[in-house]
Amino acid sequence: MARKVTTGRKIGTTIFAWFVGLVIFFPILWTFLTSFKTELQAISIPPVFVGFDWTLENYRTIQTQSNYFHFMANSIYLSLGSTALGLIFAIPAAWAMAFSPTRRTKDVLLWMLSTKMLPAVGVLIPIYLLFVRFGLLDSRLGLIVVLFLINLPILVWMLYTYFKEIPGEILEAARMDGASLSKEITQVLAPMAVPGIASTVLLNVILSWNEAFWTLNLTTSNAAPLTAFIASFSSPQGNFYAKLSAASMLAIAPILIVGWFSQKQLVRGLTFGAVK
Amino acid sequence: MRFSVLTAGAAALLAVATTAASAQTTLTIGTVNNSDMIRMQGLTPEFEKQHPDIKVNWVTLEENILRQRVTTDIATGGGQFDIMTIGTYEVPIWAKQGWLKPLDGLGDNYDMDDLIPAIRSALSSDGKLYAAPFYAESVLTLYRKDLFEKAGLTMPDKPTWDFIAEAAEKVTDKDAGVYGICLRGKPGWGENMAFLGNMAREFGANYFDADWKPQFESEGWKKAVSLYVDLMTKYGPPGAASNGFNENLQLFGQGKCGMWMDASVAASFVTDPKQSQVPDKVGFAAAPCGTENCPNDGFNWLWAWSLAIPDSSKKADAAQTFISWATSKEYLDLVASKEGWANVPPGTRTSLYKNSKYTEAAPFADATLNAIQHANPEPTADKPYYGLQFAAIPEFQGLGTAVGQQMAAALSGSTSVDQALKQSQAIATREMTRGGYIKN
Amino acid sequence: MATLHTKNAARAMMAPAVIVLLIWMIVPLAMTLYFSTLNYTLYNPFSTPFVGFENYSYFLTDPTFLAALANTLILVIGVLAITVIGGVLIALLLDQEFYGVNIVRLMVIAPFFVMPTVAALVWKNMMMNPVYGVIGQMLSAIGLTPIDWMTEVPLLSIVIIVAWQWLPFATLILLTALQSLSSDQKEAAEMDGAGALSIFWYITLPHMSRAITVVILIQTIFLLSIYAEILVTTQGGPGAQSTNITYLVAQQATSYGDIGAASAGGIVAVILANIVAIFLVRLIGKNLDA
Repeated sequence: MARKVTTGRKIGTTIFAWFVGLVIFFPILWTFLTSFKTELQAISIPPVFVGFDWTLENYRTIQTQSNYFHFMANSIYLSLGSTALGLIFAIPAAWAMAFSPTRRTKDVLLWMLSTKMLPAVGVLIPIYLLFVRFGLLDSRLGLIVVLFLINLPILVWMLYTYFKEIPGEILEAARMDGASLSKEITQVLAPMAVPGIASTVLLNVILSWNEAFWTLNLTTSNAAPLTAFIASFSSPQGNFYAKLSAASMLAIAPILIVGWFSQKQLVRGLTFGAVK
Repeated sequence: MRFSVLTAGAAALLAVATTAASAQTTLTIGTVNNSDMIRMQGLTPEFEKQHPDIKVNWVTLEENILRQRVTTDIATGGGQFDIMTIGTYEVPIWAKQGWLKPLDGLGDNYDMDDLIPAIRSALSSDGKLYAAPFYAESVLTLYRKDLFEKAGLTMPDKPTWDFIAEAAEKVTDKDAGVYGICLRGKPGWGENMAFLGNMAREFGANYFDADWKPQFESEGWKKAVSLYVDLMTKYGPPGAASNGFNENLQLFGQGKCGMWMDASVAASFVTDPKQSQVPDKVGFAAAPCGTENCPNDGFNWLWAWSLAIPDSSKKADAAQTFISWATSKEYLDLVASKEGWANVPPGTRTSLYKNSKYTEAAPFADATLNAIQHANPEPTADKPYYGLQFAAIPEFQGLGTAVGQQMAAALSGSTSVDQALKQSQAIATREMTRGGYIKN
Repeated sequence: MATLHTKNAARAMMAPAVIVLLIWMIVPLAMTLYFSTLNYTLYNPFSTPFVGFENYSYFLTDPTFLAALANTLILVIGVLAITVIGGVLIALLLDQEFYGVNIVRLMVIAPFFVMPTVAALVWKNMMMNPVYGVIGQMLSAIGLTPIDWMTEVPLLSIVIIVAWQWLPFATLILLTALQSLSSDQKEAAEMDGAGALSIFWYITLPHMSRAITVVILIQTIFLLSIYAEILVTTQGGPGAQSTNITYLVAQQATSYGDIGAASAGGIVAVILANIVAIFLVRLIGKNLDA
């Protein structure tokens, strides 16, 4: 659109925007810095920003105390597994809702979303008993299923809003040409749907990665992801700010980096049909 | 020919691998992230070296989360843990439920008679031991000798709360970041209520009377809580209502507290130069009394973090082997050889307190033993429940935490002491009625 | 246009998702309903007599129930207000031209990736702690008394923490909406001599209304069940000042081991959530042709 913006104004905006950005980012930045301090520097008054002796000691301590990579591997398994399972169920459902809508489509969608409003704590004991019965406690499979189910409504809705933007005429044309259903999906729909699916996958991975109720209550060690890892550092043992910071950085770094690198795709998908 | 040799070799390897895998038992141990347990975790390789057929898997969680996890698991028969870290509150209740396996295979060298009698009886039911003590504690008054000297004060062996109030005022120097007194404020039955329940006893009051009627509106509770709120408001650190044991340990270790009444196990941390900035300036005395002639014997508090095996565990033998190792004399020697005598887990074995190497390295040894030996948690005529700073009934966990919240509200000033106690009485009466203790 | 054939195909394609969600909803719900009529505690799991509505009356007469209900609403509305207003403002800011817009954008969205437990721990210890927290130290540096956040203003503290987590989400959706606004419209208005404020009020804001609705809907779903943030920071206190319905229900199960009361509480929470859902559906019906 190229409206002219004066340099002075641009510099003013720059300073203000950076200030806002830094304020919002500060807790993470501070945690990052603290994770490289000694415990005493972490609580020194006044606080030190960068002029301290950078050390990896905290990361080392944490790794000897609990095997970080085991937890991280589980987080990856669980978030990817539940997302893959979710796509298998959500893509057909969203496709049907988008291209063969009925009067009830909207109700079904909202009902699906409303299942997310059930408070998880209310059904913890029933689910725990079911898990005991079926031997699913502390198994990746059990958790993948639970994470899949709690995120399925969001998946369906995101995909639905995405698919709806695909012009129906193209499909009509394909049908006229006698394309079969499978061809319609693989050759016409898929190329147009891939970006939407990509952002849906991203959001779902983030939500699964950060889910901290079921993952904490239904695992002990074999299937325990990073949410359980951080739970063991959550109360002080003497001075613990630096160790807490290091553990926090380890827990969020993978998803933060993935999120940053793919933010464009994520942003595109996050509209939930809010933008026409 | 060569081929068959290879095949045979591979088959043999496979066989070895499978037998090795099946012979090895993996134990899952749930524990709290207190320093002594973290140390035990670090020493596990020594155990695994001695017992190559057992592998240990640690699940270390914050106290509240751990408690919630193990309770859900044991009550639903989930079987997630082979060993659980529980305390003297859980043991009598769980043993009665038949949830724990009696520990009858700890080995000939275990020397069960060496366990301090008060602790052993706290962890036994019908003469059987259901949990082995890892470390045990009573309550002590920790104070800063240097600050007391500066203020011209001498700490008596058995201080009274009147003296403590006077000392707190004199020692406080907020400009220098020194608060006269640090006490637990974080709500929870095992946090602020452990302290306050004990303090109320020092003023002669219990949780319940002989008819299970809650006592929060009694004279003793009123005196105790009023004094507590008054002292903490005037001389306590900011944010006291969210300080638990670990937070206070941090504050005291940084030299921010003049006095601190808390679990005796704190003594070994505040005197450890690696964890404390005031290691050689700490003095120890008994917990204060409410009045001159000390009702309820003065020092009162008994807790032992202990290792127990859920009835659902299928690996009870290996689990007993581990428990036997972790609570043995040899374990104390091992910690002493690696970290020094002052850092061994305290309070469990009589022989430790007869060991001159320990008593020399640990200036708090006598005070700790004395406090533990003076604690008698058994029910009495006016106290129908087992326990001192807690009441060993299932309802206490929820009730104590709800009351603890009221105390935190009083401490933070959002409600008055009288109002908080009235509310506590109402909550407790409601719960005890629902639990069927109070008939109406 | 949809033939019978495609209609059947569509049903078949929706069926798996609908069925698994139905099972996921009905099985635990039925068990919870059943448990809610029993005197069922973790400490006595083998004798569970039928008690009718006793658990419900017990839960509803809990002295903290009304406070928890109010706290739930304050929490949801407070966070929504901060994230929507803040989101609009930050979206407007990010829509401007300035140096390093990409980096600022990365900084703004970062909190969205932080898991709730970590966010709560970091805020509680590193930011809001009255002695060591950065906020406290900054206040002391300029001569003010540090606030003891978790005890003096517990609910506000939680609102701040949760709002920080959700602000990026709102900002991103609103920014996308903002960027889809055609500049012609704005320029035409500018030609007519409209000021920046009236352009925002009459053109930009109505354009974003749909996006705002979506933000409210999605966030409400998550905000109604906030639990981890409370557990890690204030544990519902002091008193019941930061207890919400979810936390109250959880207390029954985890602290009292009272499954009967927790189940009754769970059912009550489901009913309340449904009331909110009906309200939301009305809101959406107007604004969103889902």
